[in-house]
Amino acid sequence: MKTLTASLAAAALVCAASPAPAADVEVTHWWTSGGEAAAVSELARAFNDKTDHDWVDGAIAGSGGTARPIIISRILGGDPMAATQLNHGRQAEELIQAGLLTDLTEVAEAEGWRDIINPVSLLDACTHDGRVYCAPINIHSAQWLWLSHDAFRKAGAPVPKDWNEFVAAAPKLERAGLVPLAMGQQGWQQNLAFGTLQIAIAGMDAWREVNVNKNAEFAAGPDYAKVFRSAADAREFARGSNVQDWNLATNLVITGRAGGQIMGDWAQGEFQVAGKTAGRDYTCLPGLGVNEVLDTGGDSFYFPVVDDPEIRAAQLELASLIVSPEVQVAFNLKKGSLPIRGDIDMSTANDCMQRGLAILADGDILPTGDIALSPDTQTQLEDLMAEFWSSDMSAEDAQSRYAAIISRAD
Amino acid sequence: MSSTRRPIRIWRNPSAKIASIPMILTALVVFVGGTGWTVLHSFTSSRLLPKLDFVGLAQYERLWSTRRWLISVENLAVFGVCSLILTLVAGFALAALLDRKIRGENAFRTIFLYPFAMSFVVTGLVWQWILNPDFGIQGIVRGWGWEVFSFDPLNNPDIVVFGLLIAGIWQGTGLVMVIMLAGLRGVDEDIWKSARVDGIGTVKTYLFIIVPMMRPVFVTALVIISSGIIKLYDLVVAQTNGGPGIASEVPAKYVIDYMFKAQNLGQGFAASTMMLVSVTIIVVPWAYLEFGGRKRG
Repeated sequence: MKTLTASLAAAALVCAASPAPAADVEVTHWWTSGGEAAAVSELARAFNDKTDHDWVDGAIAGSGGTARPIIISRILGGDPMAATQLNHGRQAEELIQAGLLTDLTEVAEAEGWRDIINPVSLLDACTHDGRVYCAPINIHSAQWLWLSHDAFRKAGAPVPKDWNEFVAAAPKLERAGLVPLAMGQQGWQQNLAFGTLQIAIAGMDAWREVNVNKNAEFAAGPDYAKVFRSAADAREFARGSNVQDWNLATNLVITGRAGGQIMGDWAQGEFQVAGKTAGRDYTCLPGLGVNEVLDTGGDSFYFPVVDDPEIRAAQLELASLIVSPEVQVAFNLKKGSLPIRGDIDMSTANDCMQRGLAILADGDILPTGDIALSPDTQTQLEDLMAEFWSSDMSAEDAQSRYAAIISRAD
Repeated sequence: MSSTRRPIRIWRNPSAKIASIPMILTALVVFVGGTGWTVLHSFTSSRLLPKLDFVGLAQYERLWSTRRWLISVENLAVFGVCSLILTLVAGFALAALLDRKIRGENAFRTIFLYPFAMSFVVTGLVWQWILNPDFGIQGIVRGWGWEVFSFDPLNNPDIVVFGLLIAGIWQGTGLVMVIMLAGLRGVDEDIWKSARVDGIGTVKTYLFIIVPMMRPVFVTALVIISSGIIKLYDLVVAQTNGGPGIASEVPAKYVIDYMFKAQNLGQGFAASTMMLVSVTIIVVPWAYLEFGGRKRG
């Protein structure tokens, strides 16, 4: 009932704001792979059907690393799109400070986003000085270990239930001529794996101390020394894996040539496309099976400030649509990501997604690195991890340099 | 006397001068102005947006204590020296061979020049595949039965620069060869005749008579090769993307990554200013010797 009133209020507000003539709304995003494109077309269809406006698709090929500079330079250069995808977190911080993004507070308050968005930290990531500047659309978490049943069968070992069992089984995989841990040789993947190890080995409180409070002394201390020793072990497990892209590494797991991979929940799409079933062909372990927690990264929509009042009205309607239950279900089922609200029916989701939903419902969640750390710090960490995983750098060396980056983090 | 002549000089040929105004403005505003703006902002703490919040040399201190930057500089130095020497030597050798009036010169010239028609991105990808240990050279040689053969530069941090070097030389040698060949064709036939009369061997004639005569051609080739080396970026992105780890990073990639990916303009500007400084240190004394000295002499 409360939601209904809220949406009525929002509808009234949107109607009051404009007589709603049709506007062409250009939306930029980097969702170009199969599942992603299907998901975004759900959103476009809903927007075209439910409002008077037209969705103009502005997909940018390449990953976020390619698309973000294009998006940001368009906003800075005075040629803003009507709406754009960005990862929620600190990527848009300075754009907000410069007054380049539209304030969505009126929609957010009318619809009661603070009550429906779960976890509420997603909304906090969109909020700057008490004003809301983005509409979160999905949650992606990075802390997953994907295991190939085939590989463990070949090695004659049971499929591990957590990271420690995986470490114990790794020599058997090696003897069977398999790569224990698939790892794409790119800084962000290695940094992702390291972040996951932090949570699994040192725990949530330690993670928070370093990544949120930026306590460099703690990062140089004994708790993190354990993390770095584990990372050095993991590096040995990944020695034979010389692929670059994450999906090629996932493919090693799918085809049973590697035992496992630490990768975000988007890897699930690859298993699905390959026709594999969770629980029978592969196993997913959130939080490496040790600490079942997930971070809440993902995507949000931001709306650059435009002069045209029609587009401004369309922006608010789109923001409201993104958070609406129908779009949340349709979009996230196609994308394989978790919805940003807990009050909708996701019963058709598969095993792994259900496990993610359960963890989310229990509230065992962390802010993502994108929220805690600035892109500058992230890039430095990725550089460090890229070097660490591809060389013989000692765990102690890596730790002291890691602590130095954390001490400089802002 | 000169004071009476000067105004006339300025107004001589007015249409040519008016026509060059746009280029002069472009050079001043875009090149000089843009460079000045970049250098100025490298002393600030600009992140995503440029702002004049001065922090002194902090960006430079951070730059020179960053491993990735040091590795980038070292890679560029190794790549630059090797690529400069090898491209010049190979380009000249090929040109000299073609100059011996061999049959099918046109065909060979086309073959050698073809790689230059390809962009660095295509070159990088092609060589990434050729050097791939499973599908490329290593895989083929192993397929012939030499099981322990190992040639895997792109996955070995110690020699990955040479993997880049192979691709760079393959791409660039053809152009240098054509420039050299043009230079060789410009050498007077009589010089060859008199060298032969004096009984000087062919190789010796090339090294001690022809090469010194071709000084301007070498200078042109040198400028073209060096500018290619300094801006080395797309080849790396396509072939290794800086990997494995950060073993094949180069300065230009550091600049782009820190300006746009890390959203830290100040750091990127500091790095690009260092690139400018290093180019200036090499180019200015050389240009002075090459051009400044001659005018006086």
